[in-house]
Amino acid sequence: MTQQVSDEEQTERPSGDAEEAGQAMRLPDLTYTEQETELRSAVRSVLDDRAPLDAVLARTESAQTYDCLLWKTLAADIGCAGLLIPEALGGAGASFREAAVVAEEIGRSVAPVPYLGSAVLATVALLCAAEAATTGEAVAAEELLTNLAAGTATATLAVPFGSMAASWGPPSIRIGPGEEQDAAGTYRLSGQVSGVADALPADVLVVPADGVPPGLFAVRAQDAGLTMTPVISLDMTRQLCDVTLENVPASRIAAGRQADLAVAQALHAGAAMLAAEQLGLADRALEITLAYVKQRYQFARAIGSFQAIKHRIADWWVAVTQARAASRYAAACLAEANDDAQVAVALAKAVCSDTALLAGQEMIQLHGGIGFTWEHPAHLYLKRAKSSSIGMGTADRHRASLAGLVDLPPPS
Amino acid sequence: MNEHPAGSVTEAGLRAQVREFLAAHDPATADRQEFVRARFDAGLAWVHYPPGLGGQGLSRTLQRVVDAEFAAVGAPTNRPERNGIGLGMAAPTVLVYGTDEQKRRWLRPLWTGEEIWCQLFSEPGAGSDLANLATRAVRDGDRWVVSGQKVWTSSAHIASRAMLVTRTDPEQPKHKGLTYFGLDMKAPGVEVRPLRQATGEAEFNEVFLTDVVVPDGDRIGAVGQGWAVATATLMNERVALGAFTLPREGGMIGVSASTWRQRPELRTPGLHDRLLRLWAAAEVSRLAGERLRQQLAAGQPGPEGSGAKLVFARLNQETADFQVELIGSEGLRYGDWTMHRPDGADYYGRDAGYRFLRSKANSIEGGTSEILRNIVAERVLGLPPEIRLDKDKPWKDLPR
Repeated sequence: MTQQVSDEEQTERPSGDAEEAGQAMRLPDLTYTEQETELRSAVRSVLDDRAPLDAVLARTESAQTYDCLLWKTLAADIGCAGLLIPEALGGAGASFREAAVVAEEIGRSVAPVPYLGSAVLATVALLCAAEAATTGEAVAAEELLTNLAAGTATATLAVPFGSMAASWGPPSIRIGPGEEQDAAGTYRLSGQVSGVADALPADVLVVPADGVPPGLFAVRAQDAGLTMTPVISLDMTRQLCDVTLENVPASRIAAGRQADLAVAQALHAGAAMLAAEQLGLADRALEITLAYVKQRYQFARAIGSFQAIKHRIADWWVAVTQARAASRYAAACLAEANDDAQVAVALAKAVCSDTALLAGQEMIQLHGGIGFTWEHPAHLYLKRAKSSSIGMGTADRHRASLAGLVDLPPPS
Repeated sequence: MNEHPAGSVTEAGLRAQVREFLAAHDPATADRQEFVRARFDAGLAWVHYPPGLGGQGLSRTLQRVVDAEFAAVGAPTNRPERNGIGLGMAAPTVLVYGTDEQKRRWLRPLWTGEEIWCQLFSEPGAGSDLANLATRAVRDGDRWVVSGQKVWTSSAHIASRAMLVTRTDPEQPKHKGLTYFGLDMKAPGVEVRPLRQATGEAEFNEVFLTDVVVPDGDRIGAVGQGWAVATATLMNERVALGAFTLPREGGMIGVSASTWRQRPELRTPGLHDRLLRLWAAAEVSRLAGERLRQQLAAGQPGPEGSGAKLVFARLNQETADFQVELIGSEGLRYGDWTMHRPDGADYYGRDAGYRFLRSKANSIEGGTSEILRNIVAERVLGLPPEIRLDKDKPWKDLPR
């Protein structure tokens, strides 16, 4: 036992190596640049004007749950769709730092637009595919990227919303049946993928499909054999759908390892951008609730003057400041292709998921009875918080992936 | 040089100054005390302080340049860890509220470490409600006579001077009748007694003041202005606690992470989940600290500093608690219960049991977590203040 105690003593201080490594790792800029702040105001003014909360609520019960006109404005006029796309293809050639700022604004407004699916998931997959594709495939990917940047097409990645890079397996869609490629170079795909986000308003689906070799394909949404069945979703501000393909024509944009890599990169970026969305959601929910507790009177005083309320609000605000640091770090690491990006993204998605959930729950509780009514937007925040805490991998799964990344293995 | 406005000193210029200084004062052979005194006199102590007071009136961000140059040659230091309260809290207070004479008299020995400062604020009857303090200072010509009891005072046993808040007018409401002094801890009537804590040691003290004579020249700020001066001191305390950035796994979490890596037999699923949550929270709090530092450096100070100590206290407690459980039976042993008086706080040293106990003070010292939440809610988020019964009555008439 004495020996064991002295072992413990030896572990008291982190090793010098770890300290040096930590210090040598220079942290990127975690603040917002002036340009990022300008982009934020442009997006916010459109969303304030076009996606007030009562309109967002009404749309959840309408025939068109996605606001395609609003998306067109954001995508084409403000340039949100092409942020990550190089200028040569008509995009803005910006980075994940700017893309994260747009995601924050969309989270703040819980707006029903396919930003995550089109401007992040499909875009990142196509960009990665185009890097190593054959000439014909690259042309197809680049043509699609050009249309996405221009706002003339909308796309998403046909994977379940809960997918994450660390546990991505063989896709449920298969290449085939029958001859794998016809004379015109067209493939056929069949199978089902359930719970896809941002597919309902999409013109094009970017579909990972299994086969020999597996591939990544572009499929036109209106082609015969493709069925989208809307799902009555927990979060109707981002309505999911089940996608069925029966012998649907598809053009290949990547094959083999590159196809897998494209999906992994897309999911990785998607987790980071969804974390930014969660940050924005938590921030706005706090803002709305703060205003409410200042003007709501009970016992002849503003309820915000009671410590029972104040302390919850203060803890919430602190959680948002922490989430902001995590989200900025993930965006910055992706932007500069930092070696620590995997850690940063897992960290951000874990922490921002928890913070968004806290926000959704506190927003309702601190509004009291009115907060639980359908007419009040609090439930929109709660539902979006819960659904996005599952989308792109739960906090728990991201912490599990962190365990591997930072060498904190589970019990064997 | 042209791109810089006239009179400003560039990073390169500062480096040259340090090199010139080092040429005249060999860091390998110089007497430590003489060396740091000379560094102060050369304006290379804290470059954002005014000329003649150890600085050059430059941006605070340039201090890193100077510190790095001195550290690179292993130059003798002013041992800042021994005088954290003096450097972090007393000095900025003296700089803002002190007279020119006080600045000249106090700042040099404070920076060089020749005079350690402590903080005589809290009292047995005035903890979170600091403005309720009862230590009396009565004017007698050009001096004051002070009596009362202060408590929870770290470094009092090694301090030469103290930031002291007293009540000079009990007829006034509590916040208005206070006056602030720089007290000579060697003055007759100052008695320092160790205050033993749950850890077994006495890192803090009780200070008894019995008819202590304080010259009016040691008063900091105007008579009755003590609350404003004390608030300035406390704001610096929070900045000092929240603004440094550790390396990854640099705090208490590093201990747990390395125990986890080295001792697979200790691992359980429940502990794994807790460890990952703590690791993530520690890393994010580190990033939030870095973000705060970057904002300050860019001249856009955010209010986030007020939250940093809340996070630090919770995280430190949870991590210390985790570590004792992780090591299991070994956690039943304790290093040393004998009473001794360390020179400063040691959050990360000693054994797991000590850290478990010591961390309990993290949510009390420097403002309880409850008071900090009030501050965040009222000052940062603008929530209405508590309804109060004590603001406008004379202090002497308050129930206690």
